[in-house]
Amino acid sequence: MQVVTDNIGFLLGGLLVTLELTALGFAGALLLGTVLAVFRVSPIPPLRVAGTVYVEVLRNMPLLSLLVLFVFGLPDIGLTFSLFTSAAVCLAAFGAAFVCEAVRGGINTVAVGQAEAARSLGLTFTQTLLHVILPPAFRTMVQPLVNIFIGIALGSSLAAAVGVSELTNRTQVLNLQSAQAVVLFLVSGAMYLAIALLGGLVGGALERRLSVRSR
Amino acid sequence: MGEPARVLFDEPGPRGRARIRLFTVLGLIVIAALLALALWQFGRNGQLGLSRWAPFVQVSYLWFLWQGIVGTIVATALAAVISFPLGVVLALGRLSKRRILRWPAKGYIELFRGIPLLLLIYAFLLALPRFGINLPILWKLVVPIVLVNVAVLAEIFRAGILAVDRGQYEAAAAIGLREGTAMRTVILPQAVRLVIPTLVTQLVALLKDSTLGYVVSYPELMKQGNNLTVYTHLLIQTYLIVAAIYVVVNVALSRLAVWLERRLGTRVRRNVARAEPAGAAPPTMA
Repeated sequence: MQVVTDNIGFLLGGLLVTLELTALGFAGALLLGTVLAVFRVSPIPPLRVAGTVYVEVLRNMPLLSLLVLFVFGLPDIGLTFSLFTSAAVCLAAFGAAFVCEAVRGGINTVAVGQAEAARSLGLTFTQTLLHVILPPAFRTMVQPLVNIFIGIALGSSLAAAVGVSELTNRTQVLNLQSAQAVVLFLVSGAMYLAIALLGGLVGGALERRLSVRSR
Repeated sequence: MGEPARVLFDEPGPRGRARIRLFTVLGLIVIAALLALALWQFGRNGQLGLSRWAPFVQVSYLWFLWQGIVGTIVATALAAVISFPLGVVLALGRLSKRRILRWPAKGYIELFRGIPLLLLIYAFLLALPRFGINLPILWKLVVPIVLVNVAVLAEIFRAGILAVDRGQYEAAAAIGLREGTAMRTVILPQAVRLVIPTLVTQLVALLKDSTLGYVVSYPELMKQGNNLTVYTHLLIQTYLIVAAIYVVVNVALSRLAVWLERRLGTRVRRNVARAEPAGAAPPTMA
């Protein structure tokens, strides 16, 4: 236990980096993913194709492969970013593909009549989407989005493999310095578990909050 | 690229068509500009020259990457062969009437769905050898993958078992089968059939997980690509090719899943606490 108490600051610092990566990655994924989803449901063919290709490629590329390409490959063409920025961008780019599909799935669950009603009132494509389709669609998107959040939180550990000093990386560094290794892994594991469970709890509460109560 | 979502707009009139044409042209220009920018960036840094790409058609280079692909297939196949049956067992435990079986199963699933694979791999790589548990490299990769994926697979099989029609249970009971026998001979075969497409999608997840061989230095495709760059210094080329191989293989597997789904008629979504997004194949993050 000594090794944990001695290095608690170092470990918590790692947790903070993990949380930052998760928050930035998830926020970026939400933003980019929603834009991609709008591309994919828009009537403009090149945008639809671009959205589809993006989603197919990013969903089928292993995150580590993306990270390694970004961190070790891009400097070759003169693009160098800090490790932290690289990891955050990769998580966002990767998560966006999944968010796009979650948003699209949500849009598809809204009854056709709703959109028809909106159009017959004279709302434009953007207005229909913003005021009529997306609010109820968001309700069915909560669970998938929570899964994506947890996926990004756990995925952020892969940043350790390219050298970002986050929770997993610090656990492994401390383990090399000290012999009481297993405790460290248990503590870090518990921290990740807490993030995942908290994410699930918040998602559940949000879903209950948003659900339409039948009176 | 599929039908546009008809929900959101009517058949466009003349003005709408004109606007769509305008945005189509604008979109094409932006996409072309982005591609040109990327190519220019490659060219400006001398990464487009034939000497930077030609090596990859040499037999020795291809053979080196092929060995990586073999490594990836071995790790993925082993993980699948071991974790699929264990997933069934865990699902049965999770569905058991006995608390002594149900609770540990539930605990296991919650636990291993909440910790990152890499942390577990580091534990097997760095921590456990101190306690005399020193597995061969391949198993340092496969065992953690199995431990994590069994939890996911258990939820898939559970969804499959729950989706089998109630009448099947009743029929099995009516002809005098005991619960265990009914599960084994009547319910499970149908449940497995229901989840086959999802299992194929799960192969994509296993394949992605196998990239962590990079960390334990097991020579799968990712590590093999990394080894190649040590000799050649062709970093971006190698990593682009490796990424492309993963994408091609995974897209093929995803297509297979969709085809199987259509072929078998049904698909069970993981109707569990953390359901997968509706529509399309369930994503497999790694």
